[in-house]
Amino acid sequence: MSHDASFTNQKFKVIGTRVPRPDGIDKVTGRARYGADATAPGQLVGMILRSPHAHADIRKIDTSAAEALPGVKAVITSADLPDKVGGRRDMLDILENCMARGRALYDGHAVAAVAAIDAETAKRALKLIKVDYKPLAHVTDVDEAMRDDAPIVQPWVRTAGGDPNKPTNVAQISQFGHGDLDAGFAEADVIIERSYKTEQTHQGYIEPHACLASVGPDGQGELWVTTQGHYTFRTQCAALLGMEVAKLKVTSSEIGGGFGGKTHVWMEPVALALSRKANRPVKLVLTREETFRGTGPTCSTSIDIKIGARRDGRITAALATLRYQDGAFPGIWGMLGAMTAWACYDLPNVKSVAYDVLVNRPKVAAYRAPSAPMAAFAVESTVDLVARELGMDPVDFRLLNAAKEGTRASYGPTYGPIGIGPTLEAVKNHPQMKVKLGPNQGRGMACGFWFNFGGQTCSTVNIGVDGTVNVSVGTVDVGGSRASLSLIAAEELGVPYESVKCTVADTATLGHNDTTEGSRGTFSSGMAIIFACRNAVQELRARAAKMMDVPVEDVHWENGQAVALGTQHSNLQPLTLAQIARKSPQTGGPIAGHNEVVADGAGVSFASHICDVEVDPETGQTRVLRYAVIQDAGKAIHPDYVEGQFQGAAAQGIGWALNEEYIYGKDGRLQNPGFLDYRIPVCSDLPFIDTQILEIPNPGHPYGIRGVGETSIVPPLAAIGNAVSNAVGVRMTHVPMSPPRILGAIKAAR
Amino acid sequence: MAGVHVSTTINGDPVEFVCQPGEVLLDVLRNRIGLTGAKEGCGTGDCGACSVTVDGRLVCACLVLGAEVEGRSVTTVEGLASGGELHPLQRKFIEHAALQCGICTPGFLVAAKALLDRNASPSEEEIRYALAGNLCRCTGYDKIVRAVQAAASELATDATRKSGKASGSKSGRKSTKKQVA
Amino acid sequence: MKYEAPTSTKDAVALLAKNKGSAYVLAGGSDLLVRLKGGFIEPDLIVDIKRIGAMQEIKKTASGFRIGAAVPCVAMGESQALNKAWPGVVEAAKLIGSDQVQGRCTVTGNLCNASPAADSVPALVTARAKAVVVGPKGRRTVAVEKIPAGPGRTTLTKGELIEAITLPAPKPKTGDAYLRFTPRTEMDIAVCSAAVSVTLGKGGVVEEARVALGAVAPTVVLVPAAAKAIIGTKLDAAALDALAAACRAACSPIDDKRGTVEFRTDVAGVLAKRAAKVAYQRAGGK
Repeated sequence: MSHDASFTNQKFKVIGTRVPRPDGIDKVTGRARYGADATAPGQLVGMILRSPHAHADIRKIDTSAAEALPGVKAVITSADLPDKVGGRRDMLDILENCMARGRALYDGHAVAAVAAIDAETAKRALKLIKVDYKPLAHVTDVDEAMRDDAPIVQPWVRTAGGDPNKPTNVAQISQFGHGDLDAGFAEADVIIERSYKTEQTHQGYIEPHACLASVGPDGQGELWVTTQGHYTFRTQCAALLGMEVAKLKVTSSEIGGGFGGKTHVWMEPVALALSRKANRPVKLVLTREETFRGTGPTCSTSIDIKIGARRDGRITAALATLRYQDGAFPGIWGMLGAMTAWACYDLPNVKSVAYDVLVNRPKVAAYRAPSAPMAAFAVESTVDLVARELGMDPVDFRLLNAAKEGTRASYGPTYGPIGIGPTLEAVKNHPQMKVKLGPNQGRGMACGFWFNFGGQTCSTVNIGVDGTVNVSVGTVDVGGSRASLSLIAAEELGVPYESVKCTVADTATLGHNDTTEGSRGTFSSGMAIIFACRNAVQELRARAAKMMDVPVEDVHWENGQAVALGTQHSNLQPLTLAQIARKSPQTGGPIAGHNEVVADGAGVSFASHICDVEVDPETGQTRVLRYAVIQDAGKAIHPDYVEGQFQGAAAQGIGWALNEEYIYGKDGRLQNPGFLDYRIPVCSDLPFIDTQILEIPNPGHPYGIRGVGETSIVPPLAAIGNAVSNAVGVRMTHVPMSPPRILGAIKAAR
Repeated sequence: MAGVHVSTTINGDPVEFVCQPGEVLLDVLRNRIGLTGAKEGCGTGDCGACSVTVDGRLVCACLVLGAEVEGRSVTTVEGLASGGELHPLQRKFIEHAALQCGICTPGFLVAAKALLDRNASPSEEEIRYALAGNLCRCTGYDKIVRAVQAAASELATDATRKSGKASGSKSGRKSTKKQVA
Repeated sequence: MKYEAPTSTKDAVALLAKNKGSAYVLAGGSDLLVRLKGGFIEPDLIVDIKRIGAMQEIKKTASGFRIGAAVPCVAMGESQALNKAWPGVVEAAKLIGSDQVQGRCTVTGNLCNASPAADSVPALVTARAKAVVVGPKGRRTVAVEKIPAGPGRTTLTKGELIEAITLPAPKPKTGDAYLRFTPRTEMDIAVCSAAVSVTLGKGGVVEEARVALGAVAPTVVLVPAAAKAIIGTKLDAAALDALAAACRAACSPIDDKRGTVEFRTDVAGVLAKRAAKVAYQRAGGK
């Protein structure tokens, strides 16, 4: 049954309340089961051998000594993972990232794996594998990788539309924009041009990748895994291993953070291949070091920005040139940077050009609003400079140029109702803007945009005979979505929140669900649940009609009960959901609702942040004094977890802005693959993070929901950059703004 | 490699196990005892997800050998609730939405309890520094700090009420004060 | 690998002396177990000293303090007498790692790990701490600065271990302080650090001083020229500038993931000035 997804502005009963999450007790008592918490009878321990070279030919791998070690049950190399995808490049890239195929492409690239009876034996076996490497020249910097004489990371890569005979590291060039740039700059009274760099960061989820794989000789398998998308994992693993999709059951464990890093497979195909070879379950848990060296960081970038504006404050032209490194495999990260760069503004003449560049670093994965924070850092820093040059208040300058309903976005579409203007107005009125700053303190603000995503979704609602409700969803609960989705079911059916139980179903239970990315969990599963509940209500009405012995057309659903309308039925008592459910065995059997949908209409979202910092002028150390997040949520289903997303995203952005970075040595090896030297913010680094939820309904969702998870990681780099620059009187152009960089900038300016 | 036989107390129960000499307590708890509440986020003492107490001292279970706990008393997150009743910290973490993914939660709870055991009414700054050894990547720590503050104030109220009941309100105030100091 | 937990220093020394392969002493384990986990060491023997009674306590002695080798840093913070006498030493010890690490780590371990960035060592050096070394040939007492030989290397010989660290009773009007630079507020290794101890004479004039720097050379460095720069002064601006200059001149750091030569050198001077001011105040100077 098809349903209308339009926003209807209904009055809510339970939506917007702060109920306790259903998985709370499991998670505070230690009984919630994450990726590494499962066991299977006879399980083996899997471990991976990784390349110590940034780039090397693998001439030979001798596994005989490892295989001969007592207790070793399987050793695999890329020979055990042959091409089962018919040479499909995107899938082969995933496979090659899981296990090097003749060439190690980055420090930490997997080259072989073992399964043994215990960790000690597996460790010893890894040491017995002899790999004959021939080191090759490597490149880890994005600008260096674009030079003509740079070492080539993937010999098969050609720039689309470029020289078909010339190997290159530029995998893709993307361009967006409209208008006449030359005319726009000619019209400008002020033109500012700046170049920026941002270093590579990791999502930094506290739970390393972990899975438990079991494959039998009959080609049936099971995978328990910490993932943002078990359906996608199933599709990819089955394809890479030549298995049938229906015969691989993937169950998503509780997930200990993902932020994009758990959206596609890393070592899961390896675990499955080990299990298949050993014919025993294999548990494979990455160490923290492996997680840093071998799994998805986001890009480092190099960006040039040029903005022209008239004296009256209108931007006349804007140009961004963005160079994003994708690691050793082509991605779309530069393209996303180009699409998001100017999305906050209403610009007559705008262009962004992006280069996706290969380097000898780990394959880049999505990281919360992937690619947008770096572009926003460059754009929002330059916007501040233009405002200053014009003598305008930076908030007023942004308000004057902000996108609004009807604005043609730089990346193509025309906006519906959007929240950038209201978030900026809220900044102007925010009490933090009136707090007087002391010496060495600075205030900055910045805006951010994220698209949000909908995608394929499938949910089922089952009504129990006692009137309680099971909701099965296929999106993973990364931050409390089971609470929000239960609220939605309770709202639709008119039952108490407490009588709804929401479960993340395994891949054998529901149809395909896209990965939980693009802030789609509550938006898309919420939509599918609304529709599934409405289907269930149709059935509930039919059963009630049967029980009341009236035509179904006369039965309406109000406040969780079936009411027979019309004077001829005035003697009939309404029937509650529980009463109808209790009789269901006699009235036609179980009552359920189901929905499959491609949830289009994800509403774009905007955020504006305010940040106050104090910088120690003698050491370059920055302390965040106050921080405020203002973001449009469309409709906050569970305000606690909306605020939590705002705060968490801001904290990640603050870490990125100030201290987090991948540090590579001249040898191309990662020097800080641990939480000691990869410095994510600790509790004492941060203040309370103030939040303000704006609700500008998304016309494409019945409840007006917009995704909320990602947008607020976009502004912090620039907000802090602007605040630090204001505190020290020098424009900061390199993220992270670590103490040596700030102190260096202060000294250079003296 | 000969195993080491260890007799110890875990969450109040007598436990015996045999472990390898180099095996850390975290692996013993998770793989031998079946207590998977303590998590391995780093294995190097940098994230606090494996926080437990040994003889009342807060430690990272990844930085203690299993062999070292002979005759000691170990408390893990599984030992915080008493029967069906959650510890106030556990309740406040749920009420204040102080967890998102929840992987760091066991470590935070054990560390926060260790803090409140020695300082019943910590300031915001004291809470932040005491929990600096526990990394959380989801929450920005905001709601965690608020949950600890709420638990501390509830515990203080309970203590006042209890001591008030036991020995009159005057001495009750006194004993609360003593606990605070 | 064998794990032993002897109950006397004598037994510990005997175990270490007769062991043929590689042997390591386990105090807090916050460095040792990280190296074990990372596969950087493969010990044949681990000797846990936490069952040795004499190594468990902080004792006030006739000449000052004796801190057993197995005393966790958190216990140093709990000792009021130690806090009063050597606040700089305690604040340095309390900066090592998190509360979790504090519950385990020891200043003796911090010293024997021989990292140039060890937090407690500069403060121990300025406080004139000594290490009580016990080995097959008996006991010897050496100044703590003589223990580290370079990054990860000590001057201890086979079979030797440190039983305790001793601190003198501070002279009247003595104050000490330790400051380190880390990018985060907690959970970091010092990029550079400075400890200063001063004893004041009449009129608040610095009579004695010791200045030590961490993470700016292969070992913690004592900087007599920096001490000289403030002796005879009341820490006026010129004296502090001279102190900073002397500190910077004593730096020979490296560029690494934690800091650059330039940054370390520069900030070492800043920290020395700030630490000197705190120490001066603690000594009663105004």
